[in-house]
Amino acid sequence: MSKVLPEDCLLYLDGVTVSFDGFRALNSLSLVLKRDELQAIIGPNGAGKTTMMDIVTGKTRPDSGEVYFEGGIDLTRKSETEIANLGIGRKFQKPTVFESQTVWDNLELALKNPRGVFASWFYRSNPADEARIREILDLVRLGSRRNDLAADLSHGQKQWLEIGMLLAQAPRLLLVDEPVAGMTDAETIETSRLLKEIAQDHSVLVVEHDMSFVRDLDCRVTCLAEGAVLAQGSLDHVSADPLVIERYLGR
Amino acid sequence: MIAAGLYHRLGSRALWVAGILLAVAVLAPLSNLALPEGHALRLPNHMMPLLGKYLTYATLALALDLVWGYCGILSLGHAAFFALGGYAMGMHLMRQIGPYGVYANPVLPDFMVFLGWKELPWYWLGFDQFWFAALMTMVVPGLLAFLFGWLAFKSRVTGVYLSIITQAMTYALMLAFFRNDMGFGGNNGLTGFREILGRPIAAPETRAALFSASAILLALCFLLCSLIVRSKLGKLMIAVRDAESRARFLGYRADHVKLFVFTLSAMMAGLAGALHTPQVGIINPGAFDPGASIEVVIWAAVGGRGTLIGPILGAGLVSAGKSWFTASFPEIWLFLLGGLFVFVTLFMPKGILGVLASIRAGWAARRASARKQAGVDPDPEPSAADPIPAAQEAAP
Repeated sequence: MSKVLPEDCLLYLDGVTVSFDGFRALNSLSLVLKRDELQAIIGPNGAGKTTMMDIVTGKTRPDSGEVYFEGGIDLTRKSETEIANLGIGRKFQKPTVFESQTVWDNLELALKNPRGVFASWFYRSNPADEARIREILDLVRLGSRRNDLAADLSHGQKQWLEIGMLLAQAPRLLLVDEPVAGMTDAETIETSRLLKEIAQDHSVLVVEHDMSFVRDLDCRVTCLAEGAVLAQGSLDHVSADPLVIERYLGR
Repeated sequence: MIAAGLYHRLGSRALWVAGILLAVAVLAPLSNLALPEGHALRLPNHMMPLLGKYLTYATLALALDLVWGYCGILSLGHAAFFALGGYAMGMHLMRQIGPYGVYANPVLPDFMVFLGWKELPWYWLGFDQFWFAALMTMVVPGLLAFLFGWLAFKSRVTGVYLSIITQAMTYALMLAFFRNDMGFGGNNGLTGFREILGRPIAAPETRAALFSASAILLALCFLLCSLIVRSKLGKLMIAVRDAESRARFLGYRADHVKLFVFTLSAMMAGLAGALHTPQVGIINPGAFDPGASIEVVIWAAVGGRGTLIGPILGAGLVSAGKSWFTASFPEIWLFLLGGLFVFVTLFMPKGILGVLASIRAGWAARRASARKQAGVDPDPEPSAADPIPAAQEAAP
């Protein structure tokens, strides 16, 4: 079954339900992300934010509901790698980079190139790829650390490296899970600037708890609770919603 | 052009190691065959198959480290691939005995006549041809590894669970090969070989040639592994080892990477086993013993996991130690081997090469700080500032 979505719609979730051992992690969740939109997802623990990302990236299959990408690609039928190669990049909650390799090698591995075993074996670095890696290094503020091992980066720098790796994949959609958890205030402000820069030509979906960070992002906000959308709109609109105050902000 | 490209891709260290191995492949047989008996530099006859055996062990350890050290697959059944290669070669050597067996049957090996078999089982067909047997020493282990890996990696069996099923695989093969009606000589295995490629198998010239072949095989496998680990595929293998899910979400098929490396490694192990059998003169189900596979892991760990030179050193040193200890103090060898593994795991997690690298890094740091104090060079060497790249340098 294929579906034709409106031209400006990139990601479309409708009525998605998932249960784990009887617990409904997502309860008929519906969500739309437009092209080149930056959208923040907030909500209490257990609201289903990470599960939603698992569904989109193919890690978890929904019990029911529809998940479409780019005008009609059914993501519920694709594997994780297929989804990644469609142009959906994901940043994990805990920064996950290749610790024993250099910052440069991390980006080289992430760079959009044929992904097969033999294509990787016979890959030769070329000026265009190197220029792109340098560009990303500058964007994620790691230009001076290119030859350092990823393990030696600070927590915040690892988060940026991971965001850089997502960008290197040349994705159309970035899913970013709690990018500023454990960051200093200065790093948090820098990260919101970075994500806004990225959102100029990518669609970005950010899950975050940090309200001042979400305010800095200055974008559409969706509040989830108990696996469904509670409220949607500007941050001021959402945080004024009595349900949101009762179930999330008030706690 | 091609040579320059290869040089660039391999790096000088790998070419040095391969060059040394090739020199050994020429010089050791030469010293054994050309020098007169009693000459100080002459390798005695009994040393040739012994050293040749160590070279096949080194190839096996190298093959294991490609999957373990670089790809994070701790295979506790790698000796099975070695043994299958050994059996494939052994089957050829059995067919070469021809009518000179005890029962003088021109087609059937002695043990089949003894069991009262009337004709050769289908899976023995073709093994009278050397080329076919040589091909099978790679194809059989490769096929088993491919099927095994396809099932295991597709279902994302990793870590200790994977290690356990590899161990179960080699154990199951051992039990199967012990059975007489499998048609591989049962308990006794395959032995009593006479000729290989028309030459008497125990003649010094044949032994020397087998030694050379073992050294050349090791050199070629080393170059192949270097080409892999120095390419982007090598980086990808380490990526899969360290953060498999990250690699998957970058769009890589982690299972394909593992399957490729596992199969290739099994084929290298099979070739090594094929050269082992004619040099020791026997292959029996003991080669599938789970302990044998664990010994391979110890070789790689002692020499230095995640390097290519380490497993070669480890296999040589530990096997030489084993030869000496089992002759001099046979009752304590197993305790020593176990103790060695505990010691290496606790105190030398990066093996001999890791220790060497940290000593070198220490020297460099001391020299740099001395220079700094003298006020000569305010800029310390990069390797001095950070011991980790120096440790990595040790890995070709």
